[in-house]
Amino acid sequence: MNIATFFAIAFSSVFVSNFVLARFLGLCPFMGVSQKLKNALGMGIAVTFVMFLASVVTYLLYALILKEGGLWVKYDLVLALKTPMYVLVIATLVQLVEMFLRSRLPALYDALGIYLPLITTNCAVFGVALLNTSDAPELIRRAAERSFSQGLIAASWNGIWSGLGFTLAMLLMSGVRERLAQADVPRPLKGIPIAFICAGLMAMAFLGFTGMI
Amino acid sequence: MAQRSLIKEFTKGILELNAVFVLALGLCPTLAVSTGLKNAAAMGLAVIVVLVCSNTIISLLRRFIPAEVRIPCCIVVIASFVTMIEIVFKAYMPPEINAALGIFIPLIVVNCIIMYRAESFAYKNGVVRSILDGLGVGAGFALSICVVGAVREALGAGTIWGYCWMPVSSSFEYVPASILIQAPGAFVVLGLMMAGFNWLKGRRGGASSRPGAAGPEG
Repeated sequence: MNIATFFAIAFSSVFVSNFVLARFLGLCPFMGVSQKLKNALGMGIAVTFVMFLASVVTYLLYALILKEGGLWVKYDLVLALKTPMYVLVIATLVQLVEMFLRSRLPALYDALGIYLPLITTNCAVFGVALLNTSDAPELIRRAAERSFSQGLIAASWNGIWSGLGFTLAMLLMSGVRERLAQADVPRPLKGIPIAFICAGLMAMAFLGFTGMI
Repeated sequence: MAQRSLIKEFTKGILELNAVFVLALGLCPTLAVSTGLKNAAAMGLAVIVVLVCSNTIISLLRRFIPAEVRIPCCIVVIASFVTMIEIVFKAYMPPEINAALGIFIPLIVVNCIIMYRAESFAYKNGVVRSILDGLGVGAGFALSICVVGAVREALGAGTIWGYCWMPVSSSFEYVPASILIQAPGAFVVLGLMMAGFNWLKGRRGGASSRPGAAGPEG
């Protein structure tokens, strides 16, 4: 892949099709953990980290096992096995990361630990796995067609930047919500409804990037 | 826990425990797939089927599943049914609906509603109750997503279920606000509808009604 492709993938997953604001993935943490800037940042970093790992692992799984003509099986198993395999692999991965951090990197565990179990069934992580493999957009699919290693690089790169796009949306949202907490909002709109409307306005701003890539 | 009547077991999922408006669970598909009533109905159907099937199986197996591994077991059961639904939809649904649902069919597996009902209800209750619970909660979700879908389609495309709902006349023409079918419209419509739901609940109950706190996971 050349520099332009790297840039295109990054730009597209942060701005053009932002995970939260354009693709509607990962809305539960987006609404649930965005009251404070600090928590939003922690959640964003944890999701980015797990998304990167999940991208690598699920791409390997897809290219080596599930895809037609993979290493072991001669059949196309994508449709039949991708859902259970990805979910279980991601859940196991998150558990392993949590155990590793707890024993080896306690400082990092204190910062990210509480967010990790919440990520296990996060649709953003599962979504990035699907978008890197079976439902890949044009850019990533072309890279994957070129060679195995190119596909792996594109998938992990996309994983990182999708996570950063998620982090960006979380940070923007938490900034708005810290202000909203002080504001005098009509009672039925308090909490989630007004947050949704603000997210709609943010999505409108992001709509301006449509068609750039 | 006092035994609820079987009818109550079904109806509680529609209003009292409404997945989208009260619990704020399953928001991702609600926003993403509600671009039109047809897509929303297909998504609602898929969720009802998966929810009823997984509730049935989990409730049948609840004596054999040790409590420590109940979550992975639930995941495997749900993932199997989601895969089945995905294959059936690929085979029998019109291609444009499949294209619109896209990755959101496999994503049902991480939909918090299904895991929540499997783990907190079906794992503790009998088969009949679990089926009714699945039907009720699924119907509540399907109704909500269909309402959101109908509003967005009616205002954003000027149609309902593909049919033009405005009388066509030369003097008046409805110009659809296409922003409502795009991403921002989804957030705004759902936000306003949640607010309306809270307002109605506040008026009916009288007591202060807090909007449902979002489940942190999923």
